[in-house]
Amino acid sequence: MFEITDKPIDVEQVRGKVVSRNAGAITVFIGTVREMTAGKKTLHLEYQAYTPMALKMFEQIAKEVQERWGDAQIAISHRIGHLAISDIAVVIAVSSPHRKTAYEANEYAIDRIKQIVPIWKKEHWEDGTEWIGDQLENIPYPTGMPSLNKED
Amino acid sequence: MNILLFAHLQEVIGQPQLTVDLPQCTVGELKQWMASNYPNISLQQVMVAVNEEFALDTTIIQPQDTVAFIPPISGG
Repeated sequence: MFEITDKPIDVEQVRGKVVSRNAGAITVFIGTVREMTAGKKTLHLEYQAYTPMALKMFEQIAKEVQERWGDAQIAISHRIGHLAISDIAVVIAVSSPHRKTAYEANEYAIDRIKQIVPIWKKEHWEDGTEWIGDQLENIPYPTGMPSLNKED
Repeated sequence: MNILLFAHLQEVIGQPQLTVDLPQCTVGELKQWMASNYPNISLQQVMVAVNEEFALDTTIIQPQDTVAFIPPISGG
């Protein structure tokens, strides 16, 4: 259900992992590489992961989703390596009997990815490069680590 | 002790991994050791994972553990 890959992500394959006879809805979130950020032009991106821990954190997110929305199923694929503008960086598929859960759980998952999954993005601009951090501006973590309970 | 480095830490130190011969210590003590041996890195805002679990400064590290220094993450 979870994957870190250096190959292009097949959206349909990720969706297929959550197909269920009990599902009345599947939401598929596709995160893509954006060219303009605050007036700065990205040429391409490079993603790096601590793969075994990232996969464990995907499992953790799935566990949280199960606790909140017991009837949801989730699959996540994240790409690493060199990505061009409009390439797919992440795909999250959530199925559930009802659409509201599928939407909510999917948004929850992308928020949690940005909090606890060890994946880094390096921006390559026309005039330089930078490893990006703190996208949710929740650093420094008051407890020294990201919370494993979103309500904390 | 196996130390994994990511993102800019990996670039500043020039390698993705360090193998160091250190006795049992806390995460806080290892951070101090890193700061004095690699003065050109900043460990502010850097989290630590021991054997793939996020750890606190008080977490004990055994010599055979794998420690990862995790700068602010930016996946998605």
